[in-house]
Amino acid sequence: MDCSHVFDFKVNRLIAAFTLFLALFTVVPSVLAQTDSVEAGVAHEAVAADAAHGAEAGHAEGNFDPTAVIMEHIADSHVWHVAGHFSFPLPVILYTPQGLEFFSSGHFHHGEADYKGAHNTYRLVESTKDQSVGQNFFNKKIKVVTPDGQIDEAATASIMDFSITKNVAAMFLTVVILLLVFSAVASAYKKRQGKSPKGLQSFLEPIIVFVRDDIAKPNIGHDYGRFMPFLLTVFFFILINNLLGLVPIFPGGANVTGNIATTFVLALFTLVIVNVNGNKSYWSHIFAPDVPKWMYVIMIPVEVIGVLSRPFALMVRLFANITAGHIIVLSLISLIFIFKSLAIAPVSVAFVIFMDVLELLVAFLQAFIFTLLSALFIGMAVEEHH
Amino acid sequence: MVGSIAAIGAGIAVIGAGLGIGQVGGKAMEGIARQPEAASKIQTAMIIAAALIEGVALFGVVVAFLGNNPQ
Repeated sequence: MDCSHVFDFKVNRLIAAFTLFLALFTVVPSVLAQTDSVEAGVAHEAVAADAAHGAEAGHAEGNFDPTAVIMEHIADSHVWHVAGHFSFPLPVILYTPQGLEFFSSGHFHHGEADYKGAHNTYRLVESTKDQSVGQNFFNKKIKVVTPDGQIDEAATASIMDFSITKNVAAMFLTVVILLLVFSAVASAYKKRQGKSPKGLQSFLEPIIVFVRDDIAKPNIGHDYGRFMPFLLTVFFFILINNLLGLVPIFPGGANVTGNIATTFVLALFTLVIVNVNGNKSYWSHIFAPDVPKWMYVIMIPVEVIGVLSRPFALMVRLFANITAGHIIVLSLISLIFIFKSLAIAPVSVAFVIFMDVLELLVAFLQAFIFTLLSALFIGMAVEEHH
Repeated sequence: MVGSIAAIGAGIAVIGAGLGIGQVGGKAMEGIARQPEAASKIQTAMIIAAALIEGVALFGVVVAFLGNNPQ
């Protein structure tokens, strides 16, 4: 199966394009945030807002709220908090019925100020403590505010939030890594045809061959070539996002695969691919199974639910595993702040290192399981009747 | 009473995971003891089964999160 024409462009052009892309999304919002504070003429307001942001997370009055801090690290955000008081404001992109809004989230000053955009005034609403995690998940973060400061729920419901949030920026980083690594490997294969693999090629070849021989071929059969791009992409995308999520410092630390929206989309891909490629045998097992006719009343709903529940399980499995791992690590670090004693630190860090090694295993395992189950479902769809 | 019942629910879900994965691990140990040459195959199958069982337990934890009513 020859996909090599995909990589005919030079890697250099790719690097230049994505450097430009990343620069656009980092320099421009920082510049926008700078000009805003200059216009407002109160730079100290930003510092006060940062201090207030710290207070919001529960550091004020010596009272440490671990739940709030952990949820803040797990959740997506319009600001990428790098270290201490230094955060990266990320672009906010809103599609309103009146038109498109594009501005830096720095204008919100961590939720302290409303921002008057081209069409509406907006306020950033952090998650509220009097609602459960589930309800908070469905609340919009950026709300439309009427001129006299009240939140306008009807207008808020009509805007669509396409912002580059922390998770989106982290996904872009993963995409850049994947494209760079795999276009390098592909061009290496082209140049070194007939010769033994070298360098990055020889590092990735066992993994790619593993996906092909142990995941794709046994489950899909002779037609596996059609689905290899999808399976490889899913495997490496999940793997790199899992691994980056474990890194505590800047480009890492964004909880991408622990965001149920991301895993929902990945599972949606599996659902679509499986059902679009379903052959007559697959559909007849669902709608005309080999049972007495009177059992169809039970069997058909069960089978239809089965079609949906399998990708649903994929989604929840990946989300819960990764999020649970992050919560455990964050809780162990929070122990230091709860006990307010440096003596806890060695114990806590030792536990965290142990959990991180376990999380490393989980990162690989979850990527493998997602890919394996996707291959299994695809195999069930394209299997010939025997 | 302090705390929430959601946490108790999560704990019960974890009991199920512990039992299930413990069973799988135990049988895997027996299998490896009987036939050490098959150790790597048995280990792979054990890891896969453990990950699937853990998935189910984590459904329980996710439901606990969703059903948690903060005071």
